Amino acid sequence: MSAPVATQPPRAPQEPPRATRSLTARVLTRPEIGAVAAAIAIFIFFFAVAAPFRTLPAFSTVLYASSTIGIVAVGVALLMIGGEFDLSSGVSVVTSALTAAMVSFQLSLNVWVGVLVSLIVALAIGFLNGYLVVRTGIPSFLITLSTFFMLRGINLGVTKAVTGTVATPNVSELDGFGAAKAVFASDINLGIITIKITVLWWIVFVAIATWLLLRTRVGNWIFASGGNAASARAVGVPVPKVKIGLFMGVAFLAWFYGMHLLFNFSSVQSGLGIGNEFIYIIAAVVGGALLTGGYGSAIGAAVGAFIFGMTTQGIVFAGFDPNWFYTFLGAMLLLAVLVNLYVKQYALTRK
Amino acid sequence: MRSSRTLVRVLAVAATLAVALTGCSSKGGAQNQAGGSGGSGTAAQGKRYTIAMVTHEQAGDTFWDKIRAGAQDAAKNLNVDLKYSNNENGPEQATLVQNAIDSKVDGLAVTLSNADAVIPAAKKAANAGIPVVVFNQGFDQYKQAGAKMYFGSDEDLAGQSIGQRISADNGGKALCVIQAQGSVALETRCAGVKKTFANTENLYVNGADKPAEQASIGAKLQQDKAITHVVTLGAGDALAALNAKTDAGSSAKVVTFDLNPDAAKAIKDGKIGFSVDQQPYVQGYMAVTALWLNLTNGNDMGGGKPVLTGPSFVDSTNIDQILPYTASNKR
Repeated sequence: MSAPVATQPPRAPQEPPRATRSLTARVLTRPEIGAVAAAIAIFIFFFAVAAPFRTLPAFSTVLYASSTIGIVAVGVALLMIGGEFDLSSGVSVVTSALTAAMVSFQLSLNVWVGVLVSLIVALAIGFLNGYLVVRTGIPSFLITLSTFFMLRGINLGVTKAVTGTVATPNVSELDGFGAAKAVFASDINLGIITIKITVLWWIVFVAIATWLLLRTRVGNWIFASGGNAASARAVGVPVPKVKIGLFMGVAFLAWFYGMHLLFNFSSVQSGLGIGNEFIYIIAAVVGGALLTGGYGSAIGAAVGAFIFGMTTQGIVFAGFDPNWFYTFLGAMLLLAVLVNLYVKQYALTRK
Repeated sequence: MRSSRTLVRVLAVAATLAVALTGCSSKGGAQNQAGGSGGSGTAAQGKRYTIAMVTHEQAGDTFWDKIRAGAQDAAKNLNVDLKYSNNENGPEQATLVQNAIDSKVDGLAVTLSNADAVIPAAKKAANAGIPVVVFNQGFDQYKQAGAKMYFGSDEDLAGQSIGQRISADNGGKALCVIQAQGSVALETRCAGVKKTFANTENLYVNGADKPAEQASIGAKLQQDKAITHVVTLGAGDALAALNAKTDAGSSAKVVTFDLNPDAAKAIKDGKIGFSVDQQPYVQGYMAVTALWLNLTNGNDMGGGKPVLTGPSFVDSTNIDQILPYTASNKR
């Protein structure tokens, strides 16, 4: 701070000093800036220690791993900005995939019928979560924890009852599978690098969410609902609708990732998805979202997912002992949130 | 002034963390160092190959510790650089296989717990010219994954042999305890038991939480007095079942899959009837060895058929011979 003050007076005393400062300050006070710094640091670290990490196919694998977390994390970040949690997001991914697979296989339908039915089911679950939260006033942590347990049981119970095993039948022979695979799970050749289509969808969802948050009235409503619901309501923000919408947004993205799981692997095991809800929340928090709501960004959640994907794959590329995997992951996450915190403090004191 | 002090603090924290992380990584890499230097005495001569082993291990399981011990011993003897990675979820495991392909490993040993998820990735490795060996799980699907060899147990056969033994033991009703919901292999074992012993009921418990597992089994034993045999699918689960049996005052016999030192001692003491061992150490050892033989000599094993490492019965007749090996983490 002292440096620019010292150089200013001799050069241009008339010039308003705010313009340049406000630009830097604006960049530095973005929620995701700390995560970006941490992501760069972790990237350099793995680039230095792991030779296979430096290749383009490896980067594609890292991006894919990140996208599988990032797609749902975008919705979770928006929901957290809106002041709520969803612990059922991990298992709803699998519920969607199981629904689509079983509906289309058992009734011998085109897979797109299953895709649509599962979308309706997923949105209904999201609506139910949101409706219960806004109607009862019970913390979303408890409501969605209940949904999480129920879905976990339903996933296994219904699959076992319908198919006789704990996995869905293989749907790759059904009509429409090729088209669905092209939409949800194909490879895109970009000349120098082949990436999974989920990476593109991830970018699309992040762009839409960012536009929604920063450029629309709904975005303001989301920030207001999470910041202070009572005040938001007082100034005319339809808080209940916003929150139900956010829960349905998470459900939609969980459905989307569920469709990727199904069409990428042709069948789904019913026990998957448990624990992933925390990974989505972690991605959002590493990306600068506050656990208390009212603050955060979609890009931040994407960077958080990228940090997670990069670390999980980077540890393997580097050949570290997997016994230490979670220790290392924890240290990386701590590094990310600490850098996040200090960059933010630095930015605030700069002003 | 204040801001520059904050900057110094940021840098200090970053530096401390960097040091801490470097410490972490060198510990993690110690495994590789041990594999390299430890091989100097008895190691095979010639090119040092890199073999990736990608499994569905749930971290911290004694069974998997034996598979890894076998794989590491083989890697040490054969001067192989073993890269081990694991994730219990199929989609993530498939990504780890892709990671191995990206790393251009010389050979790939993989488990097919979630076959539909992992087969495409394994096939991709085979198409890229990386020899693939399937082990532990994938008895029915290993050829679809482009693998020439399979080392493991036939889960269905193992289950059936347990059912036969229970029949021979004049059993009334069997309880088959599944400690991880949604695993196809565990379901196959219990289905195998049911094939040869029809009056078999499955019980789902949370194997990650032993006290809860013990309580669930105990409650079931109290509720259904007709149960004469409890079949557990892992050694740790057998010990939980033994405790549950005491709690419930039940006289049901406990029989189990797999071994650990405590379960072996319980077999010696007559508390556990018998164990069906699939010999995890052999699975890990043979997976690495077979890949090494394939890379150096173009060998394949099994004559186009799976090589079975089990079911191998451990009971009062042979426990004395096997007991010492359980202590050294080999059985």
